[in-house]
Amino acid sequence: MRPAEFEYVAPATVEEALSALAEAGEDAKVMAGGQSLLPVLRMRLNVPSVVVDLGRIDSLRGVRDDGDAIVIGAMTTHSDVFADPLVREHALLLTKAVEQLADPQVRHRGTFGGALAHADPAGDLGAPALALDASFVIAGSGGSRTVAADDFFEDLFTTAVQDGEILTEVRVPKHTGWGAHYEKFVRVAHQWPIVAVAAAVNADGGTISEARVGLTNMGSTPLRARAVEQALVGQSATDEAVRAAAASAAEGTNPPSDLNGDADYRRHLATVLTRRAVLAAAGA
Amino acid sequence: MTVTEDRPAEQAHEIGSARRRKEDQRLITGRAKWTDNVMLPGMLHLAMVRSPFAHAKITHIDVSEAKKSRNVVTVLTGADVADEQGALPCAWPIAEDQKSQAHPSIAVDRVTFAGEIVAVVAARSADEARDAAELVDVDYEELPAVVDLKEAAADTVLAHPDLGTNKSAFWQFDSAGAGTGGSVDDAIRDAEVLIEREYRQQRLIPAYMEPRSYAVDPTGEQYVMWSSTQIPHILKLMLALTLGIPESKIRVIAQDVGGGFGGKLQVTPEEVITMLVARRTGKPCKYTDTRSESMMAGHHGRDQWQKLTLAAKRDGTVTGLKVDLLANMGAYLGLVTPGIPILGAFMFIGIYKFPAYQFNCTNIFTNLTWTDAYRGAGRPEATYAIERMMDQLAAELDMDPIEVREKNWIKHEEFPFTTVAGLEYDSGNYEAATARAKEMFGYDELRAEQKRRRESNDPVQLGIGVSTFTEMCGLAPSRVLGSLNYGAGGWEHAQVRMLPSGKVEVVTGVSPHGQGHVTAWSQIAADRLGVPFEDIEVLHGDTQVSHKGLDTYGSRSLVVGGSAVVAAADKVIERAKPIAAHLLEASVDDIEFEAGRFSVAGTDKGIGIGELALASFSAHNLPDGVEPGLDADATFDPSNFSFPHGTHLCALEIDTETGGVKMRKYVAVDDVGNIVNPLLVEGQVHGGLVQGIAQALWEEAVHDAAGTLVSASFVDYLVPTAADTISFDTDRTVTPSTSNPLGTKGVGEAGTIASTPAVVNAVVDALQPFGVSDVQMPCTPERIWKAIHGSGAGGGEPTEKGAMPHFDEDQSPNVATGTDTAQGDVR
Repeated sequence: MRPAEFEYVAPATVEEALSALAEAGEDAKVMAGGQSLLPVLRMRLNVPSVVVDLGRIDSLRGVRDDGDAIVIGAMTTHSDVFADPLVREHALLLTKAVEQLADPQVRHRGTFGGALAHADPAGDLGAPALALDASFVIAGSGGSRTVAADDFFEDLFTTAVQDGEILTEVRVPKHTGWGAHYEKFVRVAHQWPIVAVAAAVNADGGTISEARVGLTNMGSTPLRARAVEQALVGQSATDEAVRAAAASAAEGTNPPSDLNGDADYRRHLATVLTRRAVLAAAGA
Repeated sequence: MTVTEDRPAEQAHEIGSARRRKEDQRLITGRAKWTDNVMLPGMLHLAMVRSPFAHAKITHIDVSEAKKSRNVVTVLTGADVADEQGALPCAWPIAEDQKSQAHPSIAVDRVTFAGEIVAVVAARSADEARDAAELVDVDYEELPAVVDLKEAAADTVLAHPDLGTNKSAFWQFDSAGAGTGGSVDDAIRDAEVLIEREYRQQRLIPAYMEPRSYAVDPTGEQYVMWSSTQIPHILKLMLALTLGIPESKIRVIAQDVGGGFGGKLQVTPEEVITMLVARRTGKPCKYTDTRSESMMAGHHGRDQWQKLTLAAKRDGTVTGLKVDLLANMGAYLGLVTPGIPILGAFMFIGIYKFPAYQFNCTNIFTNLTWTDAYRGAGRPEATYAIERMMDQLAAELDMDPIEVREKNWIKHEEFPFTTVAGLEYDSGNYEAATARAKEMFGYDELRAEQKRRRESNDPVQLGIGVSTFTEMCGLAPSRVLGSLNYGAGGWEHAQVRMLPSGKVEVVTGVSPHGQGHVTAWSQIAADRLGVPFEDIEVLHGDTQVSHKGLDTYGSRSLVVGGSAVVAAADKVIERAKPIAAHLLEASVDDIEFEAGRFSVAGTDKGIGIGELALASFSAHNLPDGVEPGLDADATFDPSNFSFPHGTHLCALEIDTETGGVKMRKYVAVDDVGNIVNPLLVEGQVHGGLVQGIAQALWEEAVHDAAGTLVSASFVDYLVPTAADTISFDTDRTVTPSTSNPLGTKGVGEAGTIASTPAVVNAVVDALQPFGVSDVQMPCTPERIWKAIHGSGAGGGEPTEKGAMPHFDEDQSPNVATGTDTAQGDVR
């Protein structure tokens, strides 16, 4: 397909980007890696008058250590997140999830912030970000604000980022020493997950002291499986104990029905994949 | 000049050597010449306006805004071209009383599938054409659409109300009536064991990598059409007949074509429209599909319901097979649409000695994209059915599926064998291919592992699938095609031109689009003429260079087209002999030809073929009455089809907790006769396997109840990549075909035909402990899981849910909504 005509702006700073957005008004679209936006434009599902490309804003790239958290710049590519030693040490769950995200081409172009701001509930980063209690730094004309993960994902393709705002970085509390696993269920490798489960487990001597479980594609936003998390505390990482805890993985979810499976099948998958993800994260 | 002297001894036989493809250096370094690369001065670009509705009356079209759009040259509707567009051709009416609907390139007053063209915009750039197409305002009055094949067969809603029925034609083969076997009804009545099954052949989309693309230059003496087609010669004739342009005023060029798989065996509305707009405007015009247009409006494949009744004795001997097909034509009859299921009519009996056989096929119209050839075309459907049934018979009798096949197949010493369907299988050795496959597979070990997993209730179960297939290839003996009322012959043409410098041009009437013909034809000609592989240029795909031919499909190119190359090369040698005799001062009878050299028997006198080419070109010293030049033309019309066969074995693991499938091992032992280039054969087998496995596990064209294609992009139409397949274990046995001089059988479709039932048989085999006897294709994890848990009636529930949304259509501030978007664009 061919996109309709639009104006293209590639500012060098966040400030310039914000003023470009302010000038363009509500017809503007922010482009990060373009891996979701370009198909949308080509299919003419969206016809913005201005596209503001963040690709030249170097300050939005990279990962830094910030005490009890690591901070990932919104324009850091998936492949850079995957290769980053800070991420691997303190937020292994992200490393595991990003490793399986789409295909190598997308991982080299697509960005961490772009994928999260796109908020596809079948996207691979929402559930891990949620599970790790990430917070989202959003820049606007009035300065920056920070939104907790629980408040960031509002609905299908909808986040706390408003018109005229830009997601600049994501703060991820350190989960140093936690085991992690991203269990993704697909029919073909390049597909969005039918269901995926992100699990991070703090286990000591085979006993789980803390667990975080996020669900991909089980509702209109990424979800936290809190009932599972609570049930896991104090349990030993055995198949039986984890199976019992994982049985409630689909509680409170509202999964879609589509060509890859109906809602009931997804609820079932969520319990199986949760068990597998938690066991793998616990090293069992 | 004696070109043959430099020839390395190890290349004495080009045929059989694993030459790398001559084509590839150019293709992989970006020097391919695709149709979309054609750029001519003053060229206009076309964009189509397509119907979003499967069935609707066109009540009004307002093109005024589109015409005012920037750089738009013209906008044409069906009404504008109604008198000149003719009707798209169907070259294979299968019955005298076949019902058909005239097929306009641009719909005039009614659209009959979603994606049908209602208007075309020509502008100075492709972007401007697309922009203007969005502005064409079409008013539709929706009509009831018939989407489901079985509902269509009931005639409650009609795809074409004026026809009074959705049944286009009925075709029967009955062995009792034909005198080739007994009565199938008697066999069923007397059966000790009766297996009755109904299988669904889902609709597939030929996902060629290069979308369809056409360009027409009307500025010369002839119309020159570049087309990403498999069939430049047929296209040339059909364009002439459709548009009333003298055939001599049309030249078709198919330069590099990026895959077809039967999907480009068509005369398309877009080709005719590009020609029409070029004729109207007098300017070069070009149209290139978007991917979604390719998927929605390029013809689809398969789409059948198959009712099968197999009669057998308790010892496993088959006694009869009855086939009742419903075949979905879609909304129109394309070039060979009605004949596709009939190509399967002769193949439902596979390699087995059925004493009685009946095939009944009803062709049905629906309001969907029309179907036509797709890799295998009728034969994969047939092979799927019989190979599934043989496994079911084995399960019913608690026999090993290979054993039940062995009991019934044609033994190698029984060839040539005339089947109950009336075909003579010339050669084959099913025992040898099966033995080799079992050995490579480790059949007994895997069966033992399967037993262990079953006994221990392992959550991961192992399934083993068998497919001992054959197919009819080398389309085709012209007389047979005539008897089936096909609109053309099945011969092929080649020309060998000996150039004065000793180089050789081989012109072929087949039209490669990825197969590697240039390489293989060079090997054939090199061996035959004794000239170096590198000195041979293979010319094709331009009707002004290759002036006659019947193009590429049905695994015919090597079997028929390659044989024509052999015949033409032999004629060159015969033409050269009198000249050689004259120059060597010997009698023609004493001239021998070997390895590129003509010599006088019993002497050391001789002359190379290159020298002779120069001598005959200069013509200074030719025998009286001999014309200059050594070039020769030949055609080859096969005396019979060829019958490749093979044994494919598939082992896969099923995760019973999720329904997920993981392939463990896949062995393919094919017998494709003599092999010209093992590397090309390997490539065809691998690609074919993946395409067939994809039907078993992944691909399906899904429409919603309104007839809208839901799986309209690669997000939802799951074409596998290398990441989804395993390394295949392949080998070959060789029993040469007896119906062509090369002894080849064809390999283009083998993998696709064989693999689908092997995989589904493995899935069903894994689920045997759960009492499952079928899983509808594609065998999705959800269907498998539901089959295991008894909630999905064999996992056969129709897929009619929506696509997964991944793009934020709703929240965009200025996205066009409602009917506005439907008019201009295709979703």
